Amino acid sequence: MRAFAELFLQVDQTNKTNDKIDALAAFLTSAQHEDKLWAVALFCGRRPRRTVSTTLLRQWAAEAAGLPLWLFEDSYHIVGDLAETIALVLPPAKTLQEHSLRYWIDRMRSLEHADDLERKATVLEAWQSLDYSGRFIFNKLITGNWRVGISTKMVAKAIAKAYAIDQNVVLHRLSGQWSPDDLSFDQLILGQQASDDYSKPYPFCLAYPLEEAPCSLGAPTDWYAEYKWDGIRGQIIRRAGELYVWSRGEELVTEKYPEYEVLRTVLPDGTVLDGEIIAWRNEAPLPFAALQTRIGRKNVSKKQLQDTPVIFIAYDLLEYQGRDIRHLPFHQRRHWLEQLVAVAQAPCLLLSPRVPFLHWEALEALRLDAKAIGAEGLMLKKIDSTYKTGRKRGDWWKWKLPPLSVDAVLIYAQQGHGRRANLFTDFTFAVWRGEELVPFTKSYSGLTDEEFREVDAWIRRNTLERFGPVRAVRPELVFEIAFEGIQKSTRHKSGIALRFPRMLRWRKDKKATEANHLKDLLRLLGDECLEAGL
Amino acid sequence: MRFLQQESSGIWRACNLFSALEGLALHEEYVLKKNHLIFLFVLACMALIQFTERGIYCPQADVYIDPWLPVDKALITHGHSDHARWGHRHYLCTHAARPVIEYRLGHIAVESVHWGEPVYIHGVRFSFHPAGHIPGSAQIRVEHKGEVWVISGDYKTAPDGLGEPFEPLTCHHFVTESTFGLPVYRWRSQSEIMQDINTWWQCNQAQGKTSVLIAYALGKAQRILSNLEPSIGPILTHGAVENINEVLRTQGLRLPPTQRVEAALNKHLWPQALVLAPPSALNTPWISRFKTASIGIASGWMALRGARRRRAADRGFVLSDHADWPGLQQAIAATGAEYVYVTHGYTDIFTQYLRQCGLQAQAVDTRFSGESLDVPEPETEAP
Ligand SMILES: [Zn+2]
Ligand SMILES: [Zn+2]
Repeated sequence: MRAFAELFLQVDQTNKTNDKIDALAAFLTSAQHEDKLWAVALFCGRRPRRTVSTTLLRQWAAEAAGLPLWLFEDSYHIVGDLAETIALVLPPAKTLQEHSLRYWIDRMRSLEHADDLERKATVLEAWQSLDYSGRFIFNKLITGNWRVGISTKMVAKAIAKAYAIDQNVVLHRLSGQWSPDDLSFDQLILGQQASDDYSKPYPFCLAYPLEEAPCSLGAPTDWYAEYKWDGIRGQIIRRAGELYVWSRGEELVTEKYPEYEVLRTVLPDGTVLDGEIIAWRNEAPLPFAALQTRIGRKNVSKKQLQDTPVIFIAYDLLEYQGRDIRHLPFHQRRHWLEQLVAVAQAPCLLLSPRVPFLHWEALEALRLDAKAIGAEGLMLKKIDSTYKTGRKRGDWWKWKLPPLSVDAVLIYAQQGHGRRANLFTDFTFAVWRGEELVPFTKSYSGLTDEEFREVDAWIRRNTLERFGPVRAVRPELVFEIAFEGIQKSTRHKSGIALRFPRMLRWRKDKKATEANHLKDLLRLLGDECLEAGL
Repeated sequence: MRFLQQESSGIWRACNLFSALEGLALHEEYVLKKNHLIFLFVLACMALIQFTERGIYCPQADVYIDPWLPVDKALITHGHSDHARWGHRHYLCTHAARPVIEYRLGHIAVESVHWGEPVYIHGVRFSFHPAGHIPGSAQIRVEHKGEVWVISGDYKTAPDGLGEPFEPLTCHHFVTESTFGLPVYRWRSQSEIMQDINTWWQCNQAQGKTSVLIAYALGKAQRILSNLEPSIGPILTHGAVENINEVLRTQGLRLPPTQRVEAALNKHLWPQALVLAPPSALNTPWISRFKTASIGIASGWMALRGARRRRAADRGFVLSDHADWPGLQQAIAATGAEYVYVTHGYTDIFTQYLRQCGLQAQAVDTRFSGESLDVPEPETEAP
């Protein structure tokens, strides 16, 4: 565990990608075999199943630290990470013991059918025998909240470096479904288990957001434009008589979308499509919220299939006639894709339409129309580009619509997490309904550090009332809140919920009375429903 | 209610105190218990220390302690800019804190006293006692007719080998800070952290990287300096740090030799050097001149992963000049005080916990900023 904790610390302490990769490569050449495999599995997002509820962990931690539960919870709120909070509040370990990462993972997994007493005994034993970083790792594993600044791509780079194998080969071996229980490190990475897993997807090529004017991209004739759809990224694989559907999180989701089953018969063997999984009815996309009702479900009901049918909008072809064609130029892949879709004639398979344009100004106008057809904006792809792995600057750009925004009044504030733990940065905003201010959204991002400090100082001087950690403040400050979407909500007093709300700017020029009214927001809601055909 | 709060904060304090005792909201108290209010008024007029708009105030002596708005007479705990502000007519501090305060505030009317030396003002006895926060930092003890208050300013209970160690004082009323008043803050020993820093320096050296360490110019920087292993390599400083070094050296503090960063004179030393710089230097051209460097930050906030990761630093060292959670608890318990007033930081949570422990605790809003890494420390506040 110590070697792995050390690695974690090194990776966590630097924000330089190359240093992370170096640390990882060094670990992979020196660690025990089974720990290597688990480290790779963890960094690629394969974590052991959760065997203890976080509610119990919180109770045990508070108890072990001799703290009232509310104080533990308040601390957790400020730290923002349960595993870390527990590791921090516990008194120092009594006797340190060293076991492998594998050992602790097995101990954790053995708790699956244990009773709570046994679970508690194991967890307390771990806490009492590990140092701070060991505890932190253990807690991360047991809470199942394993997010670190390492991507599968970085793991692949490290392996490629440590074992002198081509990075793309490694990436392909890491993708798809595998478990550290079924194979060894050598089998997985060094390819001793022949690449006979037909379900394996290719790593996705990702786009960068376009921040500058598109004319910075050069000649319009070098570029291909299509709509950017608001669904989830997916890959459809037809190999060896089977059909596999993968979503961007590299999750096999074939069963969730029975609509696609027909593709098994209409697509030729040796085909891999890249595109968007999206809810669609009456020749138009449904809002993302509709698709969300399908994402969480494994077994889909008849009613859901009727209410929220899902289709696939194909925009790239990665494998054709059993050949990996990612190295061919986009226009060539697109050409074959068009043929395939035309021949397939399946209602669940659409071709992402091309958005033709002659010059950038014309495209700008077309982008603003994207909303009317239910898209988020445009995608720009270089006509002669190959299909890259991960996010590479230059060939693929997403050019989103400007966000929606509203001017709102700050009414409640709470202290933030992490670096901003000592500042009031979690804000609740309200808009007018008649004479009354109705809270409608929270936000804690979008201001500069300087502005956060200024608002913090203002809050401390303008507190009207305190409710535990929350302060009601004088309703005076106005902020412009940007958001990506709006939907009805019965859970909120205002009756609406925003998607990705954030502070766009502090409107020092505006008085509270000049903020927007709830009816302005409801009007936006109307537009969205109208466009989605609801 | 607003009137009460502004015009006569003594009443406000007493009201809050009593409402906390009786679990009644302030306005109910006002409406329902007029007689009680009259009693509170009498009590408030007698209070030895009050929390006012200008700062912590002793009406009997007509002096303020670390006030944030200009006043006639100010008693100053230490030289950090949120405690020693410009614009008061008369200043009083310890001999040990005086040189830095004068350096920062320029020409001020200041008098100073020895540790523990009593000063009587209108019959109130004041004395200064080490707070262990930075060299020269004091807690101020106030005594009148048998009632004792201690205003601790900023404090740290663990000795650091540089400043005067914290002196526990007994009192009835204790004004504490709570900059790190959460149970997640537990400091490892200074020797362990310093070992980490020295090792980090050596590793960087081996790779030809400059070690740039960010620390508060007053206190933290000298604490690190006095515990670095000078045999590892040259120690260079940012001007803001070196100016304070000079003041403290003149005062007799022993610090290892340092030199200012100057490209013309010592560029050849950079790959082996450790450079001490204040937080205000972060993300400035001053720092980016060290082309191959590892940036470290020494601060209590580095205990949290989020804080470490969101900073543009390569390493975080958890080193604070404020008491950690166990330190705060021990210090408060050692005073034997029944009434505790909480300033700086997590005042609300900390107060709630103290109440649960059976103390009469009260959060007080001040303009003290604690160990905020985001606030670059101005080199001097004088206009
Ligand atoms: Zn201080
Ligand atoms: Zn302070």
